[in-house]
Amino acid sequence: MGRTIIQVKDLKKDFHVGEVTVHALRGINMTIEEGEFVAIMGTSGSGKSTMLNILGCLDKPTSGQYILDNVSMADMNRNQLAILRNSKLGFVFQSYNLLPRTTALENVELPLFYDSQKSAKERKSIALEALEAVGLADRMHHTPNQLSGGQQQRVAIARSLVNDPVVILADEATGNLDTRTSYEIMALFQELNSRGKTIIFVTHEPDIARFTSRNIIFRDGHITKEQYVSERSNARMMLNSLPNNNDYDY
Amino acid sequence: MNYFNLIKIAINALRRNKVRAFLTMLGIIIGVASVITMLAIGQGSKKSIQDQVSKMGSNLIMVMPGSQFRGGVQMGNSNSKSLTLEDVNALKKQCRNIVALSPEVRSSGQVIYAHKNSPTSIFGTNLDYLAIKKITVANGRVFNDNEIKASAKVCLIGKTVIKNIFGENFNPIGYTIRFNSIPLKIIGVLSEKGQNNFGQDQDDLIIAPYTTVQKRILAITFIQAIYASAISEEKSQMAVNEMESVLRTNHKLKDGDENDFDVRTQAELIKMFSSISDVLTILLSAIAGISLLVGGIGIMNIMYVSVTERTREIGLRMAIGGRGRDILMQFLTESVLLSLIGGIIGISLGIGTSKCVASIMNWPVVVMPQAVILSFAVCTMIGIFFGWYPARKASNLDPIDALRYE
Ligand SMILES: Nc1ncnc2c1ncn2[C@@H]1O[C@H](COP(=O)(O)OP(=O)(O)OP(=O)(O)O)[C@@H](O)[C@H]1O
Ligand SMILES: [Mg+2]
Repeated sequence: MGRTIIQVKDLKKDFHVGEVTVHALRGINMTIEEGEFVAIMGTSGSGKSTMLNILGCLDKPTSGQYILDNVSMADMNRNQLAILRNSKLGFVFQSYNLLPRTTALENVELPLFYDSQKSAKERKSIALEALEAVGLADRMHHTPNQLSGGQQQRVAIARSLVNDPVVILADEATGNLDTRTSYEIMALFQELNSRGKTIIFVTHEPDIARFTSRNIIFRDGHITKEQYVSERSNARMMLNSLPNNNDYDY
Repeated sequence: MNYFNLIKIAINALRRNKVRAFLTMLGIIIGVASVITMLAIGQGSKKSIQDQVSKMGSNLIMVMPGSQFRGGVQMGNSNSKSLTLEDVNALKKQCRNIVALSPEVRSSGQVIYAHKNSPTSIFGTNLDYLAIKKITVANGRVFNDNEIKASAKVCLIGKTVIKNIFGENFNPIGYTIRFNSIPLKIIGVLSEKGQNNFGQDQDDLIIAPYTTVQKRILAITFIQAIYASAISEEKSQMAVNEMESVLRTNHKLKDGDENDFDVRTQAELIKMFSSISDVLTILLSAIAGISLLVGGIGIMNIMYVSVTERTREIGLRMAIGGRGRDILMQFLTESVLLSLIGGIIGISLGIGTSKCVASIMNWPVVVMPQAVILSFAVCTMIGIFFGWYPARKASNLDPIDALRYE
């Protein structure tokens, strides 16, 4: 396998709500290598999102070590974390989080605004390229309310690609979508993964997790199970085997 | 993030809510427009007062009886009889820095011709008076020294008086009118001067020899004022000092006694009126400025609403690499842009309103470039000041909480 992208050692996260302390993560160890497509699974409240937020440098652990692409998170301040997110990470959210009344192209461009190296022209061509990669170049002037949920999520994926991140983090990215559209999104992720992108994908749907290369199961802040997917499904093929929309008898 | 990007992001954000942006600006627009208009009117009236001085000659000197000359208003008249013709003679003999000198006695009353009558004022003067006050004769002649000595019943008459008792475009020379029952023969017609800045009709007057007014009309021995011209504007303060000392000697005032008269230059009077108009300008502008403040609070309010509404956007921007400072600058730029665009519209509107006031109400207005520059600066400051707290709030949000915000 390739080089190590993410290394987590004995990572803990506590939340204090009034007098109560919630131990959301109780000592996580994991290593993720370049080119992996990892699904983090587990029941509700098991700490998946908390883990992903820390991996995404949006939150800091209470204790433990996190090394992303050879950089240790330990003593970074808010600004440094923001710069790191801008240069190394891509996010895909369950609720897309596109700016309303803003075209797909402008939405995709957004991360590049926070990178002062890029000129307006470069921004535009990179964003267009990303939209092409998700198959939405023809919709670049459409605003979110003119796009379907699946299309919006593809715009969001394009947005996560523009800064050429070392890892894409997706929290229940198919959570709001129907089966067919979920498969479409997974097909897109698989395509990106086959081209070498490292992806970490939080889900609690086992049939979605089958599309990934490795599953990590969380429970109560611990990793309880970890397994490589032996017979990895191909989302494109599954999609083709699904009954066509026209076949439904409404 | 560079400034160009910031401005672009801010413009995009404002464009997403055009109507709201305009309504928010309205406060600033009205505030700036009224400040600009008020300042323009204030400056206009000040300038026209100053213009009038230079028209009247700034070497004009006035001597009034009494000493209670405060704030441009003569308070009481305890010593109103302190000036006499001897004073005029002494001044004429001893003052080197004055070129023209005239006593003034005046009375108001009815002027009558045939069955028509009209209220007006009569001024008793000598021949210098016309030169001092820059009055000229359009028609006929002025009275001569002999007529002054003889208290002759002759007069010069202003256009308004002619209109009131004879009718427009009437040549009244040679006619005899009565002022408070004293018959006066018209020997000259005064050139038209129009209104002064305080709206007084400067053509509603009769001028006669001071002897005539003093003895025949008023029957008094004192005089009510002395008018003089200094040799030059620069010498006018010297002339004032000279006149004061001559008058003090003539009035036998001891050291330490207060003057029982008051010597003023026209320039001083103008300064006083300008300062009154300055105070008025400041007052009106301050009232207008309050609406600017209210406009600023409007911006703050909308920015707060906007920050709350766009919490998820803020969370997203942070997630994709926006630093606290970037978020702060974005919202600050938005509020500055709001108030600055409002300011630009307000300035245009203010200039437009000033022009309207000038042409419709016939008021003098002057839009000063300083006022425009100041408005720009104030708008920027309002944007920063009132945008700061909402922007600060936005930049301090926690990215995770912001992303989760419903
Ligand atoms: N900001 C917070 N303050 C307090 N407790 C929190 C906070 N965030 C998460 N928790 C707690 O930490 C635990 C893990 O939450 P987390 O959101 O990571 O669960 P999850 O695995 O993502 O669940 P789900 O599948 O429902 O999204 C939960 O018990 C939750 O209540
Ligand atoms: Mg979750």
